[in-house]
Amino acid sequence: MTAIVTAKNLSQIYELKRGMFAKPLALKAVKETSFTVEQGETLAIVGESGCGKSTLARMLTMIEPPTEGELTIDGIRIAEASDSDLKRLRSIVQIVFQNPYGALNPRQKVGAILEEPLKINTSLSAAERRERAEKMLAEVGLRPEHYGRYPHMFSGGQRQRIAIARAIMLEPKILVLDEPVSALDVSIQAQILNLLAELQERLGLTYIFISHDLSVVRHVATRVMVMYLGRPVEIAPVEELYANPLHPYTRALLAATPAARPGRRGARQRLTGELPSPINPPTGCAFHPRCPYADERTKRERPELTQHGKTMVACFAVDEGRLPPPDAAVVETPEPRA
Amino acid sequence: MSLLTIRNLSVTFATASGPFRAVDGVDMTIAPGEVVGIVGESGSGKSVAMLGLMGLLPDSATVTADVISFEGRDMLKMSNRERRKIIGKDIAMIFQEPIASLNPCFTAGYQIGEALKTHLGLDKKAARRRTIELLSQVGIPEPERRMTAYPHQLSGGMSQRVMIAMAIACEPKLLIADEPTTALDVTIQAQILDLLLDLQRERGMAMILITHDMGVIAETAERVVVQYAGQQVERQSVANLFETPRHPYTSALLAAMPERARGGRLPTIPGVVPGQGDRPTACLFNPRCPKADERCRTVVPPRQPAELGEALCHYPVGADPRPPEAIPPGFGPLSRQPLEGGARASTIAPEVPGDAR
Amino acid sequence: MSHIEAQEAEAGVGESLPDRAPQKSVRRQMLAEFWFYFSENKGAVIGLCVFALVVIIALAAPIIAPHSPTLQNRDALLIPPFWEDGGRLSYLLGTDAVGRDILSRLIFGARYSLFIGVIVVVIAVSLGIAVGLIAGYVGGWVDTVIMRVMDIILAFPSLLLALVLVAVLGPGLTNAMIAIALVLQPHFVRLTRASVMAEKQRDYVTAARVVGAGPIRLMVVTILPNCLGPLIVQATLSFSNAILDAAALGFLGMGAQPPTPEWGTMLAEAREFILRAWWVVTFPGVAILITVLAINLVGDGLRDALDPKMKRS
Repeated sequence: MTAIVTAKNLSQIYELKRGMFAKPLALKAVKETSFTVEQGETLAIVGESGCGKSTLARMLTMIEPPTEGELTIDGIRIAEASDSDLKRLRSIVQIVFQNPYGALNPRQKVGAILEEPLKINTSLSAAERRERAEKMLAEVGLRPEHYGRYPHMFSGGQRQRIAIARAIMLEPKILVLDEPVSALDVSIQAQILNLLAELQERLGLTYIFISHDLSVVRHVATRVMVMYLGRPVEIAPVEELYANPLHPYTRALLAATPAARPGRRGARQRLTGELPSPINPPTGCAFHPRCPYADERTKRERPELTQHGKTMVACFAVDEGRLPPPDAAVVETPEPRA
Repeated sequence: MSLLTIRNLSVTFATASGPFRAVDGVDMTIAPGEVVGIVGESGSGKSVAMLGLMGLLPDSATVTADVISFEGRDMLKMSNRERRKIIGKDIAMIFQEPIASLNPCFTAGYQIGEALKTHLGLDKKAARRRTIELLSQVGIPEPERRMTAYPHQLSGGMSQRVMIAMAIACEPKLLIADEPTTALDVTIQAQILDLLLDLQRERGMAMILITHDMGVIAETAERVVVQYAGQQVERQSVANLFETPRHPYTSALLAAMPERARGGRLPTIPGVVPGQGDRPTACLFNPRCPKADERCRTVVPPRQPAELGEALCHYPVGADPRPPEAIPPGFGPLSRQPLEGGARASTIAPEVPGDAR
Repeated sequence: MSHIEAQEAEAGVGESLPDRAPQKSVRRQMLAEFWFYFSENKGAVIGLCVFALVVIIALAAPIIAPHSPTLQNRDALLIPPFWEDGGRLSYLLGTDAVGRDILSRLIFGARYSLFIGVIVVVIAVSLGIAVGLIAGYVGGWVDTVIMRVMDIILAFPSLLLALVLVAVLGPGLTNAMIAIALVLQPHFVRLTRASVMAEKQRDYVTAARVVGAGPIRLMVVTILPNCLGPLIVQATLSFSNAILDAAALGFLGMGAQPPTPEWGTMLAEAREFILRAWWVVTFPGVAILITVLAINLVGDGLRDALDPKMKRS
């Protein structure tokens, strides 16, 4: 196992303009985030809106360079990469978006959508491109005759298949999946998850799977990174995270995820309060206003990620050993299907 | 006596390529203080049915029904004026996009106050007092300050709370919540669901919860209606539905949930919800149903008795009258075909529209 | 969401067409859908018919016009239309002060009006799209500079500005068209810029960037085709505006010069006979009115049919 992506102290700061004369506000979408992604694994990034997971996706796909920090992909440091290296990197990392309706150009036919990456990056002839595109259609479970159709003639699931096909046209090594199934219905979601799993097996892809849905993440991920307001709060292997969640936020997320088991409601602790604004985050640990274990120290100091067993967690309550064991109702494994 | 009774409600849209029946023969009986969940994928007509009931559909829609009665009064024979008195006062509705559902030009307090003034005839002072009361009831901190906030200054969760405050302002007897938490984050979703159920219990209000999320249904509803392509394919109590789903669609839908799966691949339902052009004959689920046979393709399925989940199916799950060898291989991990010689495209279950004809 | 869902249901969810449908009929179906929404607007259909008639008349002018538009008949000065006392059947709509047949002049005038409309719109649209694309895509100070210049142009009453431009360039039909195009072009810049800025945020543009598309490709191939809907509508409306402005310039003596049978110029020539011979002014005016109205109606219909809310792509 080798790290294919290494992120060190990655930060992304946006400036929000407030009219001509006011000083622009700094929005720190991602703050000093460090993590690695191993070749062939699926790293899930979990969090609610405003936690910086989509910003992270934009940095990983080189749509936006990080404001600070260092990103190394496939052995190349992005900040110092030459133009030809960058070009190679672009075909190594590809992305699939959440909304299959917005991700495909409505004025392009499916064939043109699939061939665009080849047109820009390779010198294949039109016939070769077409052949590849048709092969790819079959690969993602569509038919060759779909080649000449426009995106609006497809259902959401089929569009997501097209988006996936476009992403793997250049034979990438890393696929950033930005909530790829959250806009889809359950039955279609299962089809797409299966397709992704099959492609990963066959092509040896590395997935960075961004999601807010913990039940999906549990199914697909090998490791999980939980983010809150721009920082990772817990990084753990998937079994460990679900069996023994450490950070209070992770526990709250697990408790809030509705389970398809009637009568489970009310047995859990609920999180109070709203998500704070990333423009004006709380001092100390960003989670302290909503955390049941917060004390004076968490309001002043910010905990760093530290290793606890297989888990990396940023929480003083864990460090100080005053966190109770997780709520039984939360970590209970699902009943086996009848 | 039931609060709301609907018999054979249908909604048809006029479209560029002919009429399209989005809701087909929906029945519903709601008792006071009951929570009923309607679950279905997009295109199942779950929202359209309720919007049709509320008279909120565009002109291209035609709503027909044998019976719609609210507290024993026939809503079909009512004048529009009388109908409007019920809708908004006794029946309230909240929507998926809370921020879009509030008028951006007016403050939250003003919008609640308006509802109070029109429906309850309160004066300005009383309306203000009541607004503050309502806002604190829906768990908004500092209601006096939030009253003067414009919708864009509120977060999604807060806006949904304001919408709920507005909906319960007139003490409705029935609240229809159309995907109230789909646009919200998980932790906020849990808060809003708790709030809705607390209010429902305190006030003895009946609630119809429309959602696509089986998890939300499991945690909130008492009775569940499963809708598919405009039809109600199954009606069961929530415990029984998750324990022993009777319609093959429900059973497949539950099996496809990642949280119920254990490793490996997820069982899927091939194909998509039928649209206008590819509406199957007889049973609408037959092209996607692995247990379907000739009968399903030719004979309209009957409504099964209550013990069998009122399933709209010839062969309800667990009570299939056919001999075992006559049943086509079904869903579930056992019947899933193994991947021969590594995965290949054909096992990815291509979506097959058009096979229905 | 529920409304969107209702709409989706309305449009036939999934729109999964039968697979054996050949490609040609798919395109035909899109056309059919377009026509369905367009034809729901009855006014637009009438407008389209009238406009088609005007086009046919303009094309067939030499065949259908009973007289030459410039031929002066000294025996027939200011003859009223045929149904009035003293009218002649050979001059259906009468003659003007120098004895030219008004009907023939109107028929030939249609050519000028359409010509003006087409040229002006082509200039304004191509210029406007190019500038708007750059402003919307590049953003920053480039955008600010371009938009301020456009604001300045828009701050003048359009006819006055056109008049000033023609005064500088010298009167004449060509210069009038250039002036009108310049005056109309900021609308296209604004519209293009707004659409480009909205489309730029969409995921498919990001996806194209991720696969390595350069700025020119992004602008022209990826973004522009998706901005065309509102531009087409605006172009139709500008078409009628151009005809109107050209007529106004002609009326003020700054546009087409006599004896060109341009409708505005005809009006200008007839000014002094308004009280004595009503037909000399009325018919060119009616011709302008009908044409402009027809095109505006078509524009409205197009807006309905191309409305992004209706189209679900």
